[in-house]
Amino acid sequence: MKDHYQLLIIGGGPAGLAAATIASSKGVTCALLDEQPAPGGQIYRSIESVPEKRAEKLGTEYLRGKELASAFRACEAEYFPETRVWSLSSQREVGVLHKGKSKIISADQILVASGAMERPVPFPGWTLPGVMQAGAGQILFKSSGIVPSDGVVLAGSGPLLLLLAWQYMNVGVEIKAILDVTPLSNHLLALPKLPRALLAHHYLTKGLIYQRDLKRAGVNTKIGASLLQAEGDDCLDTIRYRHFGREHTIKTDLLLTHFGVIPQIALTQAVGCKHQWDDSQQCWRPEHDEWGSTSIDGIIVAGDGAGINGARSAEHAGRLAGLQALFALGVISQIERDQQSIEDRQWMKDERHIRPFLEAYFAVPQTMLATTNNETIICRCEEITAGQIRKAVESGHQDSNHVKFLTRCGMGACQGRQCSNAVAHIVADSGGQAISEQSHFRGRPPVTPLTLMQLADLNEEESL
Amino acid sequence: MFKQLSNSTVETVEVTLNGQKIHVSQGMTVAAAALTQGLHFTRTTPISNSKRLPFCMMGVCYDCLMVIDGKANQRACVTYIKKGMQIETQQGVGPSLGETE
Ligand SMILES: Cc1cc2nc3c(=O)[nH]c(=O)nc-3n(C[C@H](O)[C@@H](O)[C@H](O)COP(=O)(O)OP(=O)(O)OC[C@H]3O[C@@H](n4cnc5c(N)ncnc54)[C@H](O)[C@@H]3O)c2cc1C
Ligand code: FES
Repeated sequence: MKDHYQLLIIGGGPAGLAAATIASSKGVTCALLDEQPAPGGQIYRSIESVPEKRAEKLGTEYLRGKELASAFRACEAEYFPETRVWSLSSQREVGVLHKGKSKIISADQILVASGAMERPVPFPGWTLPGVMQAGAGQILFKSSGIVPSDGVVLAGSGPLLLLLAWQYMNVGVEIKAILDVTPLSNHLLALPKLPRALLAHHYLTKGLIYQRDLKRAGVNTKIGASLLQAEGDDCLDTIRYRHFGREHTIKTDLLLTHFGVIPQIALTQAVGCKHQWDDSQQCWRPEHDEWGSTSIDGIIVAGDGAGINGARSAEHAGRLAGLQALFALGVISQIERDQQSIEDRQWMKDERHIRPFLEAYFAVPQTMLATTNNETIICRCEEITAGQIRKAVESGHQDSNHVKFLTRCGMGACQGRQCSNAVAHIVADSGGQAISEQSHFRGRPPVTPLTLMQLADLNEEESL
Repeated sequence: MFKQLSNSTVETVEVTLNGQKIHVSQGMTVAAAALTQGLHFTRTTPISNSKRLPFCMMGVCYDCLMVIDGKANQRACVTYIKKGMQIETQQGVGPSLGETE
């Protein structure tokens, strides 16, 4: 790994791969760093090594990653897998952990393409062994062919829940139930956005096909389920929920939940980019222009880390960001940038058609975002409950950061990644600060904790 | 809870999980190995001593912290299995004063 690159790309999903491929074709020195052992990101995880039979079960969208990964492999960009970025500064210095050693490298342009994560939504029992996120189930399936052995309950809302159910069905996993918590009122709210969504009808058709296949296979879907609870002593054994006014239980040792995905903003926060609260997507995202340029010079974002637009958009946004970096480096002119990006910009516009509908239809109900069940653990690390947060607000701690200092909520190992959204919602719901760009916990480096030994590597390097 | 679909083309490696020698597929993460071995928990929490298993499998929840090759607080879901690895369930902050990854 060199000490300096013209362009450094963080993340090897569709956005990062597309950016690296286009930028390195123009002769700039470019490196791509990714925590995973192979290219693909979340959607195309293990795309190069997946056995053919498993790939087919995962669906045609997944197979698209093959092309992207092989174009990337053929390009000139240097690739560093199993490499973790733990800090990012506005001077464009990047802290990386590579082969167990830390190092600081720099770049003229940095593209953050770190993708999305599952939206954490606390509910009673969500910390029990046996309760996991749907993305976790999908990661196990894609990368190691690991699937539920004694049946599974899927709960939550959003297209990925349906996709995972369909993928599991294809390999004969018993789906005990799908508990769809999307409130029926969302259907009405989404209706005005349907005409525009019809312009991207292939997405709607795909969803309908999944639903049809699952129904034919006899999978039990409860639409409008609510008051989800996971119960058990040391591990999950029962799920409780309400459906049309009646309480139901299901025995299961595995529950996979999904409430949509949100951008991973640890790095853009650490570097100090301006962020905004996106009401429609119910999350924070870094502010950026059409090219992905953020409020900080030389820091570009693309893909789901910039705002949730899906895998196809991520690929196009990656190319736009790659062209923007080339323009900023003086390698191509503005006219060349604009001309070479016409198709990608059009694609991105077309891809947007479906989003307002999906966002309205799958919006997570406010009652789940700001739970009123005071016993529910909100901070999984420090085990702080909703009741403690509400109490802190009532005692005059009116914003998330004050609540954090008072309760230690968000100070644990995950650095608030799992609770920041819920805390902001509960604070607002209890009469504290309304949700805005300020109500996110303030980020602090390192983004992932380092050992003293790894920090010592840095001192050694500096003294050389 | 989980099982691995058969795939005879993948080689296995030997590692030690809580003192027991086991064979797991090459390329797996430690968390995936722990789940397929049917571990009931991979750590207990420092605050209430409650049991946890991996939650996100993508490195963002820190619920999969285990002691790997003697080092505490390693995220098992982003650590890949290597031959001869020593993997242990983590109790609370773990040994070595809870030094983090
Ligand atoms: C678990 C999960 C599963 C998903 N599955 C699907 C699916 O099946 N179908 C679908 O349409 N959409 C899926 N999505 C949505 C997904 O976000 C896609 O739209 C797409 O993967 C976005 O591409 P991207 O390039 O923006 O980011 P990603 O594909 O998420 O790639 C980001 C990459 O950055 C790396 N990274 C992040 N932070 C760091 C760091 N600090 N240091 C080093 N590397 C880092 C990650 O390891 C990852 O490889 C999924 C999302 C999640 C969270
Ligand atoms: S399971 Fe979430 S960090 Fe490992």
